[in-house]
Amino acid sequence: MHHILLNVGPAAFRIASAWRQPLEELEALYQDYPAPVDRQVDFTVRLEPEKPWRRHIRPSVHIGGDFWLPDAAPLPLAQGLLAAEMGMNLQMALGWRRHLLLHASSVEKDGKALVMTGLSGSGKSTLSAMLAERGWRFMGDEFALLSLDTGEICAFPRLISLKNQAVEAMRQVAPADRFGPEMNATPKGDIRHLVPPVEAIARMDEPARPALLLFPRFGHAPALRDMGQAEIFVRLTQASTNYVALGESGFRALTRFVDQVPTRAMDYQSIDQAEELIDSLWSRLP
Amino acid sequence: MRDARMLVDALREPARVEALAGSQWADLISIARAESLIGTLAHRLESVAVPDRVRAILQDAVGAHALARQQALWEADCARRALADYSGKIILMKGTAYVAANLSAGEGRSIGDLDIMVDRKDLPEVEAALLDAGWEWVKPDPYDDQYYREHMHELPPLIHRERDRMIDVHHTILPLTAGPTPDAAAILESAVALDNGLYIMAQADMVLHSIAHLFADGDLAGGLRNLWDINHLLRDFSDANGSFWNELGFRAEKHGLTPELARALRLSAALFDTPVDPSLAGKAAMSDAFYVRRLLARDGYGREARKFTRMAFYVRSHWLRMPPLMLARHLWTKWRKGGKTGS
Repeated sequence: MHHILLNVGPAAFRIASAWRQPLEELEALYQDYPAPVDRQVDFTVRLEPEKPWRRHIRPSVHIGGDFWLPDAAPLPLAQGLLAAEMGMNLQMALGWRRHLLLHASSVEKDGKALVMTGLSGSGKSTLSAMLAERGWRFMGDEFALLSLDTGEICAFPRLISLKNQAVEAMRQVAPADRFGPEMNATPKGDIRHLVPPVEAIARMDEPARPALLLFPRFGHAPALRDMGQAEIFVRLTQASTNYVALGESGFRALTRFVDQVPTRAMDYQSIDQAEELIDSLWSRLP
Repeated sequence: MRDARMLVDALREPARVEALAGSQWADLISIARAESLIGTLAHRLESVAVPDRVRAILQDAVGAHALARQQALWEADCARRALADYSGKIILMKGTAYVAANLSAGEGRSIGDLDIMVDRKDLPEVEAALLDAGWEWVKPDPYDDQYYREHMHELPPLIHRERDRMIDVHHTILPLTAGPTPDAAAILESAVALDNGLYIMAQADMVLHSIAHLFADGDLAGGLRNLWDINHLLRDFSDANGSFWNELGFRAEKHGLTPELARALRLSAALFDTPVDPSLAGKAAMSDAFYVRRLLARDGYGREARKFTRMAFYVRSHWLRMPPLMLARHLWTKWRKGGKTGS
């Protein structure tokens, strides 16, 4: 096995692989990230042949590691980078306990964080990537890490995973050298990874106080709606991978978050519309 | 890292980890997670100086296992309430028993399913009460179901439809097809009551169950954790009870597990320095080294290592579980059904 060490926000990973290719791609895309202190890591991800002979013949990547799911489907070697990213997500989702993990994207301005969560396809990932090119600091598009004791959001600025039409939209605004290889027809559609802006990486240890929570929904006429606290709470428990595993401390962190952070459902049809709605809310924040 | 020796060293002599460098920590943690011993390791290293990142990982493991412990006790209580009308003894087994009885083997131990044991003649009553309280069959396959009922030491597993937790209802501690035939009536007879009305096995039986589970009932998967349990049980019980070794030898004979006991004592002493009774442990055997090889078959990335050794123990596990003709018939049926081998 070959391996490399990666540090993203508060978490450090060892990615071990039977093949060099995914590691070379990771090395190139994560080159601006700091190395883990003293080579210590929180999690090991393993990319292994699904069966011994699948190392060379129609190579097929099984995602394993310290934490794993029994029924994870293997990926072709050409999607090895995606496998590594999914492996890191899996370690966080199943193993991380130092924050409440919300499946959400987040960006920061003036020390305050905007958190966006919602179903797959709601556009939260693309929105955060776009806002990051328009003056916001990118904090993450997969997990928002809610601190259990301070209530702050910790940045976890991994590679941004762009799907389908979002790839072309981002190619209009971000330089070509920040994009990873094209991966077509993956289980998640066409995927291309985007390296976050250099500032997002340099400031990945700076937390921010959550100031606004949005539930975006793409494809409807622009509108903002209030939501009841009970609905917000339940939807966030569903958006959290470790809410149950944290027990009481997760419950306390989440109730405080719901109590303190103003929340809206937001419909939009374009990034410009979304930005306008967000700016109008943002300017009225206390 | 070639094998899991560094985990054994860290569990046995926690201070030894102070010599580890960064990349060795990654190996140790991956091995401990793969062997389900990370919570145990975290408790063992509580008063040892470790790097900050490692401390945070160990703290996470302590938190995760504190919750697992609470859930295991809660699940046991759910079973107790579901079986409130049942007049026989309900014996908690394995991890749940260790935490319910506050034994050192329960510290940081990972606990999955709830395992209980009841009198075989009462199985229909217990089964009906559990189904009534919301548990459901996991394996609807009629062959599997019949196989369990005729030849196994437990009912087919049940899962609770709301809590998604599994319960295994045993009536003895080894498959009925296995060589040794432990005396289930004696285990029930001498079980010890807890405050809440549930029971745990008497000391010697508890150790022998753990040993039967390790050697006679499987391919030694999870063996290091089982051996660690045995190490702790032996230490706790022999410290507290002057006649423990005598009882242990006597009960092993009663259950037909004398050779398994001897092997377990030798391996526990060899890997964890457990003080054991030399007359029960007997003479070292050539094959002990093969068992140690299997127990430590884990590399520094947490991968299963030593494919051949693992395969040998896998085949052996089926060989021990049933006579040859029956094994052939069982594997043939499973193969025709396109399922995996094993029950």
